[in-house]
Amino acid sequence: MKINTSAVAGTLESSDVYVKVEPCETLEIEIESVVYNQFAEQIEATIKAVLAELGVESGKVSVNDKGAIDCVIQARVETAVKRAGGEK
Amino acid sequence: MSKLVNSIKEAVQKVGLKDGMTISFHHHMRNGDFVLNMVLEAIAELGYKDLTVNASSVFDVHEPIIGHVKNGVVTGIECNYMGGKVGKAICEGLMEKPVIFRTHGGRPSDMEKGTSHIDVAFIAAPTADDMGNCTGKYGKSACGSMGYAFADAMNADKVVVITDNLVPHPLVDFSISEIYVDYVVEVDQIGNPAGIVSGTTKITRDPVGLKMADYAAKVIEASGLLKDGFSFQTGAGGATLATAKYVQDIMLAKGIKGSYGMGGITKYMVEMLNNGCFQALLDVQCFDLDAVQSIRENPKHMEVTATHYAGVSGKSAAVDNLDVVLLGATQVDLDFGVNVHTDSNGYIMGGSGGHSDTAAGAKLTMIIAPLIRARLPLVVEKCLCTSTPGSTVDVVVTQRGIAVNTKYGKNQELKEALKKAKLPVVEIEDLKRMAEEIAGTPKPVQLTDKVVAHVMYRDGTLLDTIKAVK
Repeated sequence: MKINTSAVAGTLESSDVYVKVEPCETLEIEIESVVYNQFAEQIEATIKAVLAELGVESGKVSVNDKGAIDCVIQARVETAVKRAGGEK
Repeated sequence: MSKLVNSIKEAVQKVGLKDGMTISFHHHMRNGDFVLNMVLEAIAELGYKDLTVNASSVFDVHEPIIGHVKNGVVTGIECNYMGGKVGKAICEGLMEKPVIFRTHGGRPSDMEKGTSHIDVAFIAAPTADDMGNCTGKYGKSACGSMGYAFADAMNADKVVVITDNLVPHPLVDFSISEIYVDYVVEVDQIGNPAGIVSGTTKITRDPVGLKMADYAAKVIEASGLLKDGFSFQTGAGGATLATAKYVQDIMLAKGIKGSYGMGGITKYMVEMLNNGCFQALLDVQCFDLDAVQSIRENPKHMEVTATHYAGVSGKSAAVDNLDVVLLGATQVDLDFGVNVHTDSNGYIMGGSGGHSDTAAGAKLTMIIAPLIRARLPLVVEKCLCTSTPGSTVDVVVTQRGIAVNTKYGKNQELKEALKKAKLPVVEIEDLKRMAEEIAGTPKPVQLTDKVVAHVMYRDGTLLDTIKAVK
């Protein structure tokens, strides 16, 4: 899937994550998290897995994480990517 | 005769403050307090250095103290609770000398035993006369109980009362007597009473919180302690207040007449008193303005000193007769030790307050907290800081299960009673495992070797240290 436009998903509530996806020539991931020290690597791995599954090869993904668990991160990233790819 | 002087500066000079001395403050104005900042500003302008501030609590409103530390005016801080703003600076290595944390009972008892000396106490008094008789019950800045300030008044070498409601001598219905007071200062405003109300003093509507509260109330009922003569303390967290509401419902439905409710008092405890659930409230500080009104108007709502509340220097303390106390936690470890001093990143954002005092005294000490907060499991291998020893904790209630502490050869009967009541009894290790299955296992936090705080237990012994964050 291609990132055609910028799109967002999620909220800044505790235990949620706010995901922003933008077109970019390379693949970039930016992580800000209240549990960065404890879970940064796991968050990055989760995001990468979702992107790989959706076939996203380029784009900028920025997440502002308020302590979301993996399934929430997966859902928010997938939604943001599909919105950016023009899916309704 | 009058003890009135014109300004804080004049009072500071008259009491003979010297570099290196210890000054004290109480925190009944909570996050609305102006007095600590006003006094430190006056002291800084007069050029004093190297002072130790012993405040019963340091709130975010006291952030200017960071500047006074940087300027060398303040070189020591001692308190029972510290809000996140100053706490963060401390954990980033602000001070040479470690902060000393005490408990609400340990602080006055250390003063009475002589192990904590106060040179000058500054008392924020919502109403006072010019001889120093004062109270928190009246005035535009009324805060209700002044429970923590008694020990300061009675043990400090010099005492300055600062008020924004000066009344003719003798003040009727005073709390602290003129016999302890050296000088009185009148100022425009000692604080903003709206700041007394802490952000958490409302019943939760979060379904997770309500589930925890439902379990907690059922644990209390199943424990066999909820009968005539019942004594009870809750904190001001959303889920603990919801538990109080459920406990009240049970007491009213069964016609149970309790003996006393205690603690920081909220309107929910006042409601229980007015509905006949308790014979009396013992109030060491008011958490909201409804409590302030009640302590002023209802003789059954009594002010108690911190020593009477939770001290170890008196011949007894009210915590010793507590049946049930409900307490919060940022972390609980596999030995049931509890952390309320630091957050999961190791930054100071709280303190014992009366946590370990009531845990030590109560027959049933209950920790109530969600299994996971923002991806962080409640139960950890070992707490970053032990605020309350596991041997004084009986039950941990979460929305997914209830762990009973049988590790110290007690509570076996309680565990059976909870199972019989069909409550979801699990082991503490199960709570850790369940949380990690959902959230993942957090990487341990990296701390330095620099000690930034000493956590003293209520008897004056060192319980733990807090290290600077990397």
